[in-house]
Amino acid sequence: MSNPFQIVVCGSIVPDPLQTLEPVTAAAGPSLKNEMMLPAVLDPWAGHALFEAANLAQKTPGSKVWLVSQGPKAKLQQVMMTVAQKVPFELVALDGPSSGFADSFETAAALAGAIQGIAGLDKTRLLVFGGWESASRGAGSTMQMVGERLGITEQFFGVDQIEILADGGMEILERVEGGKHQVSVCSAPPAVLGWATGNLPEPRNNPQVGMANMRTIMPALQRAKAAPGANAGLSYASVSLPKQQRETRVVKNMPAEEIAREIIAWVRED
Amino acid sequence: METILLLAHTETDGTLAKPALEALTAAKELGGELIIGLVGAAVEAAANQIAGCGASRILAVSGEAFSQPRYSTDAAAAEALCRAAGAAITLATSTSRWARALPGVAYRLEGRIDTHATAVSVLNGAPAVNRWFYRQRIEATLTRSQRPWFILLDAGCYPAWSGAPGAASVETVAVNADGTRTTFSGIRAPKADEQTIRPDAKLLFVAGAGWSKKQADGATHTADAERLILGFLRGAQASLGGSKSLVDQSGEGEAVLKFMTHLNQIGQTGSTPRHQKGLSTCCHGEEPHVVGWRFVNERRAINLDANCGWARGKADVLYVADAFEVVEKLNQLLGA
Repeated sequence: MSNPFQIVVCGSIVPDPLQTLEPVTAAAGPSLKNEMMLPAVLDPWAGHALFEAANLAQKTPGSKVWLVSQGPKAKLQQVMMTVAQKVPFELVALDGPSSGFADSFETAAALAGAIQGIAGLDKTRLLVFGGWESASRGAGSTMQMVGERLGITEQFFGVDQIEILADGGMEILERVEGGKHQVSVCSAPPAVLGWATGNLPEPRNNPQVGMANMRTIMPALQRAKAAPGANAGLSYASVSLPKQQRETRVVKNMPAEEIAREIIAWVRED
Repeated sequence: METILLLAHTETDGTLAKPALEALTAAKELGGELIIGLVGAAVEAAANQIAGCGASRILAVSGEAFSQPRYSTDAAAAEALCRAAGAAITLATSTSRWARALPGVAYRLEGRIDTHATAVSVLNGAPAVNRWFYRQRIEATLTRSQRPWFILLDAGCYPAWSGAPGAASVETVAVNADGTRTTFSGIRAPKADEQTIRPDAKLLFVAGAGWSKKQADGATHTADAERLILGFLRGAQASLGGSKSLVDQSGEGEAVLKFMTHLNQIGQTGSTPRHQKGLSTCCHGEEPHVVGWRFVNERRAINLDANCGWARGKADVLYVADAFEVVEKLNQLLGA
C-alpha cells in the first residue's frame, strides 16, 4: 500500500439523461439538435471511475488523480463547476467533440496524446481509468485503444472493484455474462481499467475541494488543445429516432387476482 | 463481397456457445469468403461443431493460456488470427472476452471497430452496420472505408447457425503467451438460490423504487417486497432488473432490497437486456429507464399511476393496481 499510484481518468461529457434527444444531419455528419444548448453532465461511468480513482488515491498516500476530458470547451467548463466539488483532481482539457457520433479511434488518439503530455507522469505506476462505455456512443472501445497507444496490455473492463494486495498486486473484479464477476490478479501497474458502476456512492459536494480544484481547472481550460474529430472513412447512411409507439391498453379497476391470472396466461404464452 | 473472418472463443467444454453461432449466421448472410478463427484451450470440438458451415479455412490458437479470459492473451490470439486470415471484415459476438480485447486488436492492425451492432447487411454493395447511439435512443446505419473493419455483434440478434457436425481441418497459428502480468483467478457468482440475473429467461421482471416507498398504511414494507419479488422470480424463473433509483438506494446503504445491485440496473446507465417479455412493477417508466427495454418485445407494467410513462405508448398493457397485491396473487398462482 505504500507505493503511490498515478491515476489518469478519461471522461467525457454527455447530455443530461433527462433531455430529449433528436438527431440532425449536417455537412459534417450527424449531431444532436441544439447540442450546445443541452445541459451536460460528466459521463456516468466516467464519473464512477473518477470517484473510484479518488478513493484509491486517498487510501494510497502520495497518489495523484488527473481527469483528462474532451468536449467543447464551454460545455467542459459548465460541467467542471459541478464535478470539481466532488473529489480532488487535476484537469487536462481537450477542446473537441463529445458527440456520440465521433469515432472512438480518433478520440483515443487525442486522449492518449494528452496523457503522454502530462509532465512527470511515472508510467510504471500508471493506472488509466475510464468508463467501460459511454452514455453517448456506448462503444466500449476507446479505453482499449488509449491503452494500446500507451503500450499498456493489462486491461480490464466492466470493473466493479479493485483491491490492492499486500504484495502490491491488484485484485480486479470485472462483470461478465450472467450477473457474475470475473476475478483476476494483475501483479503491478501499468494497467487500464474501464469501470462499470463500482461500489461507491456519489460523493457529497465539498466546497473546499471545489475551490482547490478550480485553481487548476480554469488554467487547464484556457490551455485546452484543439482535438478535431474528422470521422475519417466513416459514413452514416441513416440516423433516426426509433418510431415504435405502442397502443397501450390501460386497465383500471380490475381486481388483483384477475390481473394476476391475465399476467400468468401471458407469461405462459409462447 | 469481401473476405470475412469470424472470431469465436470456446467455452469450458470446448464447444461454441449460442452467441458465437448467431454471429456465424450473420457472417454467412453477409456473403463472401468465410474464414473461422477459433481461440481456446482445445478447439477440435468447436471446429467439428461447425465443420459444415462452408468456411474456406479454420484457423486456431489453442493452449491452456488461451482458455483464460484475459486481455493480453485474447488480444494476442485475435491479432495473430487476423494477420493469418488477412480478412477485410472481422466479425465476432460481443462477449465480455471479445468486447474487452478486440478494440485493442483493431488499433494494432490499424483498423476500425464498431461494437454493439444489432445487424449487418449489404448497402449499395458494401457492408453496413446497424447500431444504437446515446444508449438505445438513436438508431443509425453506418459504413466504413477503412479495413480491417471489426464488428462486434450483440447476442440475440440472429438465429444460431445449425448444421451437421463433421471432421474439420484446422490450421494452427502459433502465439507466444509469455509476458502477461495478469492471472485469471476464477468467476465469482452469487449462490444459486440468490442468482437473480438469468440472461436466457423468457421474462424480465423489473422492480422500481416504489417497492421501497411508504405504502397506504404510511409504512415501508421492504421485507414483504423482498419476499414477493424473490418468490415471483423463483416461480416464473424470471430475470430481475431494477430501476436506477432503486439500485442507487441499495448502493447508498438504505434499508432496501438486499439482493438488488448495480448488476441488475436496467436503463440508460444500466443494461439493455434481451428478453421476450418484460413486466415492470412500481416504476414510472420514464425515458432514461425505458431505453433499457429497447430489446424487450412484449411489455406490461403495474403501477398505481394511470398517467405514468408506461401509459404513453411504452407498454402494451398498463395495469393500474398495487404491485404488492398483484404479485402476492401471482405467487399464489405460481405456487411460489
